[in-house]
Amino acid sequence: MPDTAADGNKRGARSARPAQRRPLLAWLGVSPFFLFTLLFMFLPAGFLVVGSFLDQEGQPTLQNYADLTTPIVANAYANSIEISAITAIGGGLFGFLLAASVILGGLPPFMRNALMTFSGVASNFAGVPLALAFIYTLGNLGFLTAFINNTFATDIGQAGFSLYSKVGLEIVYMYFQFPLMVLIIAPALDGLKRDWREAAENMGATGFQYWRYVAFPILLPSLMGAVILLFGNAFGAQATAFQLTGGTIPIASIVIGAQIRGDVLHNTGLGFAMAMGMVVIMAMAITGYSLLQRRSERWLK
Amino acid sequence: MTQGGGAIGMRAPGALESVGKPAPDEKPRRGALWAWVIFGLGFLYFFLPLVATFEFALGHPTGPVKPEPSLRYYENVVLDPRSEFFPRLLFSFGVAIATIILSIAIIVPTAYWVRLRLPRLRPIVEFITLMPFVIPPVVAVFGLIRTFSGPPFPLMDTTFGSTIVLVGAYTILSFPYMYRAVDTGLRAIDIQSLTEAAQSLGAGWPRIIVGVIFPNIRVALLSGAFLTLAIVIGEYTMASFLGSKTFGPYLSLLGQNKAFEPAGVSIISFGLTWIAMGAIQFLGRGGQRIQVGGAR
Repeated sequence: MPDTAADGNKRGARSARPAQRRPLLAWLGVSPFFLFTLLFMFLPAGFLVVGSFLDQEGQPTLQNYADLTTPIVANAYANSIEISAITAIGGGLFGFLLAASVILGGLPPFMRNALMTFSGVASNFAGVPLALAFIYTLGNLGFLTAFINNTFATDIGQAGFSLYSKVGLEIVYMYFQFPLMVLIIAPALDGLKRDWREAAENMGATGFQYWRYVAFPILLPSLMGAVILLFGNAFGAQATAFQLTGGTIPIASIVIGAQIRGDVLHNTGLGFAMAMGMVVIMAMAITGYSLLQRRSERWLK
Repeated sequence: MTQGGGAIGMRAPGALESVGKPAPDEKPRRGALWAWVIFGLGFLYFFLPLVATFEFALGHPTGPVKPEPSLRYYENVVLDPRSEFFPRLLFSFGVAIATIILSIAIIVPTAYWVRLRLPRLRPIVEFITLMPFVIPPVVAVFGLIRTFSGPPFPLMDTTFGSTIVLVGAYTILSFPYMYRAVDTGLRAIDIQSLTEAAQSLGAGWPRIIVGVIFPNIRVALLSGAFLTLAIVIGEYTMASFLGSKTFGPYLSLLGQNKAFEPAGVSIISFGLTWIAMGAIQFLGRGGQRIQVGGAR
């Protein structure tokens, strides 16, 4: 870290200033930040952590974590994980192809700008309005539903499609997943140097061989990291699913929401343990993402 | 990044030119077939829901009843004096502005001080600011309700108190973007010299932060502010559980009770997101940074 080195060298010059003579004063400068995060983040988080280890009578217990295997909880987690994994992989694949189409596919540059702007907007267009937009598109009276039904003389509802199901929710989540993938993966695709391709071609590599042995291995950590981040992005979502299904789809965030409103698990401790379980899964996703991100920077600087 | 303003300025004529004739460099910029197909699919996925929403906002003229397209559903929410549209939107704006001010007031001095005096603390501060990515909103609000429902902080007992909790929660939510924006902004200026110069002219700490640091990182501050605005205006989960009368819960309720009005309000909400994102792009570095409001 060049920064730290420079700070070290300047220490002599700096000691002339009052704050340096009183190190406590230096800590005073960051105290508002720590006080604020203590009040609005660590204290609330602490309540959940402590509560998750207490039983109904307030005695310490690990039973709440053992109870995470209760069908209603386990099922909610399984659904959340399934939906997040499918939309992360699907959104990741489509987002990658979309980013590749403007960066490597030779499309005019203005289309790249347009895609990046749209991706910035679309990845932030989540929650209630997104759910509504899809109800107007693929709901029973939706725009696209009517178009498909008329064109193919069918009824997708009768054929078994419902927007208010897991598949429906996955289609909706995809709307913010693939633009996020475009935003994350574009810098990695930009980092693929033209020299590598030329070097491979000079040695007689086909396009497939270049991708299989050069580009793909270099991109792999970025791709995996991005997909993991997408997973976390879908896993924590609540508003979209709530608005779409009226809170009836059994996924982890919806069950926790119901638990806040009315103790549907009939065990406050289990509710806290369930919330902690979400945090643990999110933490694993974010850690995985940052480790892989660091690894990918080795080549793509 | 110079493409910032260009995204809006570039119109169809320039576009057609670059499609029609090969660019002067070695390859014709016509694009591979697969690239056009993928881009077309992305275009459809992006715009179909917006078109459908727009169509519903006009009363669903292509629906089974085939009414005349009409703007009365916009009028119902915007012009009707009983409509909660403006009060809710204004309240959300107020919450957003309070959040932005609080976030800047906390993050700027912290980031400045950490760079100047406590560089060893930087990984810790950065880690803490990233916590909203780890704690989903529904879990965070769960903890907040438990914390502020009883002594020693019975804030949830009053509307004003729960608004304070909401602003506090949103401020935490804004930290990842605000800290990153400010820290990047500070990297670009020599805060050591600026601080010494200001001190030698007799400025105290508040004066240095407000008079010297703020103006030098105003672009970063504005980017962070607009992103915070975009996130706060549409936020639903936290506001709903805290019982706040903001825009997100209003749209949700409208969506459950009315047929066409929520479509109009969704379009307006989308427009607001677009304006905020456009402002960030216009400020110069929208294309490079990842700006996403986290799980919703």
